Amino acid sequence: MSADLQAGPVQTGIAIAASDEPEERADERLGRRRPQRRRRRGPALTPWGWVGQIVRWALLLACSALFLYPFAWLLAASFKPRGEVFDNRLIPQTFQPENYVQVFSELPLFAWLGNSVLIALLAATFVTISSSLVAFGFAYFRFPGRNVLFGVVLATMMLPGAVTLVPQYLIWNQLGFVGTNVPLWGATLFGSAFYIFLQRQFFLSLPRDLFEAARLDGLNAWGQFWRIAFPLSVPSFVIVFLFEFQSSWNNLQAALIYLNAGSPEAYTVPLGIASAMTKYSPATGGQGDYQYVMVAALIVTLPMLILFAFGQRSFIEGIATTGTKG
Amino acid sequence: MSSTTAAPSATAPPKGRRRAKPPRVRMTKLQRREAIAGYLFISPWIIGFLVFTLGAMVYSLVISFSHYQLATDTARPAGLANYQALIEDPKIVTALSNTLYYAVLAVPLEVALALGLAMLLNSVRRGAGFFRTLFYLPKMTPVVATASVFLLLLNGSQGAINRGLGALGIDGPQWLLDPAWIKPSIVLMTLWGVAGTMVIFLAALQNVPRDLYEAAQLDGAGAWRRFWNVTLPLISPAVFFNVLVLTIAAFQVFDQAYLLFHRDTAQGSSDASLFYAIYLFQQAFRQFDFGFAAAMAWLLFVIILLISIVQMKVGNRFVHYESGDPR
Repeated sequence: MSADLQAGPVQTGIAIAASDEPEERADERLGRRRPQRRRRRGPALTPWGWVGQIVRWALLLACSALFLYPFAWLLAASFKPRGEVFDNRLIPQTFQPENYVQVFSELPLFAWLGNSVLIALLAATFVTISSSLVAFGFAYFRFPGRNVLFGVVLATMMLPGAVTLVPQYLIWNQLGFVGTNVPLWGATLFGSAFYIFLQRQFFLSLPRDLFEAARLDGLNAWGQFWRIAFPLSVPSFVIVFLFEFQSSWNNLQAALIYLNAGSPEAYTVPLGIASAMTKYSPATGGQGDYQYVMVAALIVTLPMLILFAFGQRSFIEGIATTGTKG
Repeated sequence: MSSTTAAPSATAPPKGRRRAKPPRVRMTKLQRREAIAGYLFISPWIIGFLVFTLGAMVYSLVISFSHYQLATDTARPAGLANYQALIEDPKIVTALSNTLYYAVLAVPLEVALALGLAMLLNSVRRGAGFFRTLFYLPKMTPVVATASVFLLLLNGSQGAINRGLGALGIDGPQWLLDPAWIKPSIVLMTLWGVAGTMVIFLAALQNVPRDLYEAAQLDGAGAWRRFWNVTLPLISPAVFFNVLVLTIAAFQVFDQAYLLFHRDTAQGSSDASLFYAIYLFQQAFRQFDFGFAAAMAWLLFVIILLISIVQMKVGNRFVHYESGDPR
């Protein structure tokens, strides 16, 4: 990979005019073109080869059924009346779509969704901008201590979150933000190691000459970032944004620590559903109205599935990039 | 870049004489400006690191040697009292052994299943992308949704999993009640979202040059030998990465255990689900014993660090990096 990295600028030369060139190159770096290149089908299949393929397909279908069953179960359960939630039928015996209306009067789901969307948008936007600034600093400028500092960035990726859990709480407490949602997105203003790493990889794939030429034309460092690097890096921004949106949307522990003591209206969806699980649990005096939990679980999952439908490639490439280059 | 700008002036002294000196001065000035710009760009991270990482770690070390009172925001020095309590608390041993047990069970199963699925996907000629997408859907599902579904699926008497096992003639266990089955039930939930690990393996497998397999086949290597001598060495960096990351994650398992077993503070729950991160959370945010919790966090940090170092030492021996450059 490193050879490819150095070869990049040299090969492209001063092809600044060809504006799609760097983007293409960057795409390549993120593995975007690999699927096509990989489609070497190899030699024609023998009859035994066909049998092998069919067996593999059968295995994959069986695995798919196992992976998808909980979704089907959840969808079915969300339409069932209280007494039938547990019956494991994938087609509800009694079809009760009113659950989807009642859940909003049973639980402050709109407020939770609003909170979660706001927090996830703030976190994803801030972390994308801050991480790309930092990544650009590491990718394009030479300064004393750069490699050591970047090593520290990578090392913080390995740091268990539990270690800083208590002091971070105390810091937010000192600042008076416990009980608000600020701690759920505040730290994203300072970048995040994983995203810094990801975006630095991306910036390094852009031809350096582009920035040299811009500098000779009198563009300052900020201009080089804002007018050249930023517009060219949309693909990596999408990856970072989607990842952070998902992780913020998912975040139960922070909500539990910072919002649990407050009013239920201030909860995020994960915390809200956790509280609903307790509320309806027969063990704690609930009526076992799990159909509402199921509806809420489906509603919290849907945005992620929609996000995945649009950003599928970004998610999978982002994950694959970490693993193969990390 | 600096060498290319300096080169002309060095090779053509008569012509570049007028320019020979100024570039040198300008370079250092430029270099300084470049350095300042670099520092400015990374300054958000530096501030965040100093406050939320390094500062927080130092703060946590200080707190671990004191009795911290949240209400008054005072920290009475405690010496080693928190660490003393840590050693004497039998629940720490329980939490640690539960966590270790979970990690030993979960990590190999995750790696094996992810690698198996990735190899299966890599071996079909059509439809790999489609199945990869399907397998990835659980990974997109918020853990709170996963937990609320599995809470019902794993129900001992009516749950779908035991019904399914019953249809196969197997008498399913009381997943959520029997202490022996609590950890396997969390492993099961984790395995449902194994696609993240699988995608990393798949990317690594796709980078294995096909001609190596053909060469091995010509040499008469069977499927097992091809896997052992070609595939495994070439994807060993991905194996290493996944083991390292999954182990660190396993030692911090929290969400699923909290949602299934520790949501409700009124009810006591079985010691079998008391994981380290759960106990730390309870000590910090239910008992507000921040000193003890900070000491716990440092113990966890040291344990994870030691395990990571051992894994890296072992990894260095077995991981094969192509082209000699690890990154």
